[in-house]
Amino acid sequence: MSDVASQAGRVIDAGAIRAGTSNAPGKTAWRIAWGVALVVFVMLWLFGKPVAGWAFDVPRAWRIPVQRWISDAMKWLVDDASFGLFSFTDLTRFLATLVEVPYRLVLGLLSTGIMDGRGSSAQEILPPLSWLAVIGVVALMGYFAGGRRLAFIVGGCFVFLAVFGQWDSAMVTLASILIAVPIGVVGGLLLGLAAFRWRAVDIALRPLLDLMQTVPVFAYLVPILFLFGFGPTSAIVATIVYALPPMTRISLLALKGVPDEVHELGRMTGCSRRQMTWRILVPSAMPGLMIGVNQVIMLSLNMVIIASMIGAGGLGFDVLAALRRLDIGAGFEAGLAIVALAIALDRLSQAFAARRPEHVAAGAGEKNLLARHPYTVAGLALIVAGGLAGLVAAPLQSYPEALQISTGTLGSDLVSWININFFDQLEAVKNALLLNVLIPVKRFLTSLPWVGVTGLLALAGLRLGGWRLALLVSVLSCLIAFTGQWEKAMITVYLCGISVVIASLVGIPIGVLAAGRERLWKFVELVVDTLQTLPSFVYLMPAVMLFRVGDFTAMIAVVAYAVAPAIRYTAYGLRRVDPQLVEAGVVAGATPWQLLTKIRLKLALPEILLGVNQTVMLALSMLVITALVGTRDLGQEVYIALTKADTGRGLVAGLSVAFIAIIADRLISAGANRIRARLGLPEGEGGHR
Amino acid sequence: MTHARPAAAILSALLVATTLSVAPARSAENDDPIRLTLHDWTGQLITTRIMGEVLQKAGYNIEYVQADYIAQFAGLKTGDLHVAMEIWETTGRDALDEATATGKVENLGDSGMLAVEEWWYPSYMKELCPGLPNWEALKSDACAEAFATAETSPKGRYLGAPVTWGGYDDERVEALELPFEVVHAGTDAALFAELESAYQRKAPVLLWVYAPHWAPRKYQGEWVEFPKYEKACYEDPAWGSNPDMAYDCGKPRGPIWKVAWSGVKDKWPGAHKAISAFSVDNDEMGGMITEVDLDGKSVEDVVAGWMERNTDRWSGWIK
Repeated sequence: MSDVASQAGRVIDAGAIRAGTSNAPGKTAWRIAWGVALVVFVMLWLFGKPVAGWAFDVPRAWRIPVQRWISDAMKWLVDDASFGLFSFTDLTRFLATLVEVPYRLVLGLLSTGIMDGRGSSAQEILPPLSWLAVIGVVALMGYFAGGRRLAFIVGGCFVFLAVFGQWDSAMVTLASILIAVPIGVVGGLLLGLAAFRWRAVDIALRPLLDLMQTVPVFAYLVPILFLFGFGPTSAIVATIVYALPPMTRISLLALKGVPDEVHELGRMTGCSRRQMTWRILVPSAMPGLMIGVNQVIMLSLNMVIIASMIGAGGLGFDVLAALRRLDIGAGFEAGLAIVALAIALDRLSQAFAARRPEHVAAGAGEKNLLARHPYTVAGLALIVAGGLAGLVAAPLQSYPEALQISTGTLGSDLVSWININFFDQLEAVKNALLLNVLIPVKRFLTSLPWVGVTGLLALAGLRLGGWRLALLVSVLSCLIAFTGQWEKAMITVYLCGISVVIASLVGIPIGVLAAGRERLWKFVELVVDTLQTLPSFVYLMPAVMLFRVGDFTAMIAVVAYAVAPAIRYTAYGLRRVDPQLVEAGVVAGATPWQLLTKIRLKLALPEILLGVNQTVMLALSMLVITALVGTRDLGQEVYIALTKADTGRGLVAGLSVAFIAIIADRLISAGANRIRARLGLPEGEGGHR
Repeated sequence: MTHARPAAAILSALLVATTLSVAPARSAENDDPIRLTLHDWTGQLITTRIMGEVLQKAGYNIEYVQADYIAQFAGLKTGDLHVAMEIWETTGRDALDEATATGKVENLGDSGMLAVEEWWYPSYMKELCPGLPNWEALKSDACAEAFATAETSPKGRYLGAPVTWGGYDDERVEALELPFEVVHAGTDAALFAELESAYQRKAPVLLWVYAPHWAPRKYQGEWVEFPKYEKACYEDPAWGSNPDMAYDCGKPRGPIWKVAWSGVKDKWPGAHKAISAFSVDNDEMGGMITEVDLDGKSVEDVVAGWMERNTDRWSGWIK
């Protein structure tokens, strides 16, 4: 959004550098501006309250009743909105059926069996696929896409599901993923294509995508429930809304990246518009598009827990139920099953993305069916054989219970052992941090006047990206204040801010350490993958047992989840540094420490900043989860709204979270671009996933 | 005459056949599945499954749907969902009143269970605060100190329920002038995680516990005895020890209601009757919850056991 502005900023900067000495007055002017702003800010903060109370707390009369507007609009949509022949709810219910029919089919195949009729009196027409057949098919897909090694990994993940007794739930989850992902991918691609073709769509779509990615899911669950009804369909719709934006963004990028020569080729061969799109552009952009597919899969799996709260069932429900009865081991097993599914699907989709299309030899048409489609035929054969075997012997149909293993009470015992033996030490550390860092920061931030904060943000925007950024940032910040969310927003900033600082302090050094060491990196990558897909609820409850309910526990959960991009981007940035520059440093006689701080870290700074940016985004997306351990921020507001089914309240708080995210994203991206420009590096793609 | 006999025989045979086919499955009423909502606590799963099993025995088609406790009212109003087996007087009253006022949702009476929600402490705390369970013991500084943590000291720490449950604990502390700070847990999983943790270490803890639940069965402890709840206490500041504030008493105890979409009565009259008749008491339910949550049995097994033991009872409901 701020591309133009930041570009302009860069040109000015470059001009300043070229002009050499003329750089100095500009800098001085900025220093003075900052000095004046800070003095005004501090004065306002210290002495302003009696004179200008409105600067601290927006008077009730000024507030915009957006909550009521949204709730009324929602009521109208559900009750009255109509297109003449049919009402709006008819339309959404129709869409829900479109999703539900294939879902029932897939669910039937994988889990319940194909049924005639609904409910308990339904008759089974066809039993579900046997577990052996499913494992065989996924292993075959692995073999097809990535050889024996991948077949082994993917098959292993599914065997894990069976052995740990997670099969049935995992198949329910898999069924909803198998429906959500194709819809998300196709929808995302179509939106991407539309944005590629029509600039107006592109411009209209950008802020919408930003909101879809940053508004917490809980905020729009209630309206989705109203419109699409209760049950798995709503959960799938919510998953799609959450998982689709990266697909659109990546398809747009991939389409823009198609080289001119390819366009040229299309025009020379006289392609129609449709041929141009589907025969030329989409296939050329395929590798990029597959990255989008991968993202959709991962984000869909992130939604498993939340989806289960509104009726998706499956593994997410198992995690919630296990932790409700404090069975930590069982919660962990179900959580790890989600990780196993994620790893299997992730590796498979990455392998498909990396596969080069095979050009079919000229004489292929003459071969028989088996030779042309060996994998499809083998897969079908497996399914039929598995089904028949299942009819003969029950253990071949569903994995026998007697062979399942479980960690039993191990998880609970471990936590209880730590609890009994180390609670006092943990408590001491926690109290020290809480009393000396967390609480003072919280008091400080909540005491700041919104007018002053908005002013400082605007100034930062002006400095980093020009007046457009300044305008955007201050408008968003004012909107938070005028909808009456300021105090909760500041508590949000405090919790996320501290978590981001800690996550960066932990993550960046790990990234630095792992960047140059291949084996360590493999291990770190596995840990990071697990942290990102393991539902945080699994470690949230043990954390409550050890650290009690409150901000500290919330902070641990946020750090655990948000540390991943800090590690990833740091390592990525360091690995991208031009080895010749490092070489030059060595030749110049730099010590290893100088090499790291003066050359490698400096050059990797833009990537590291983007990593921090992502850390901020992930920290904000964890807010709603932390509300489950009793924080008092916007996340809790969204959560309360969910449980009270109050659409307006939820969306307003959700939008405030989104605004904070957008402000942080734009400022950090602008900062990263400035640094890039100064270092003479090509501009990055901005702060998006 | 000779023709009449076979005709009568066929007719009676037909009659027998139809009555036979009608008796087990009341297909005359409606074949559509009755949708019962499932939430995420064990007691509710058990009540709902029992009801589902009973309705199935009566020949109804049943479907279970996972739904949020409060958000489900939206579905009950539209007829997307049909039956919710546990709406607690203590936490669901407002939503229930709002829903029944629309006329689209019907209260089918209490389930025989009584919801108890109150401040609760483990028995070992009695040594540190000898006046308990009388609430006035909590007023002393020594007691407050006994329940204090670093963040709340010198005040005591009381772990309240998720804010969404209401309960007026912040007001109660103020009205009764208790030297305590209310900390809200976000979910009940967090609530009992803290209890489990404290109980393992025999550490001080004072928190919101409710019944029927497995916790009061697993842990030794007692409810604090506040002045008994009366309606006037919540509405009239003059009532009770504090003349200026309401909420100077304990929490209300009340039934757990069964709630249904108002269309159920016409669409499945027999089911409507059966659901209205459903009744189990606290002890029975507490026992079943314990079997599931502490002994690790599956909900289905426990429900099947109950069905076996209580054939007379449930067959009375569907008569």
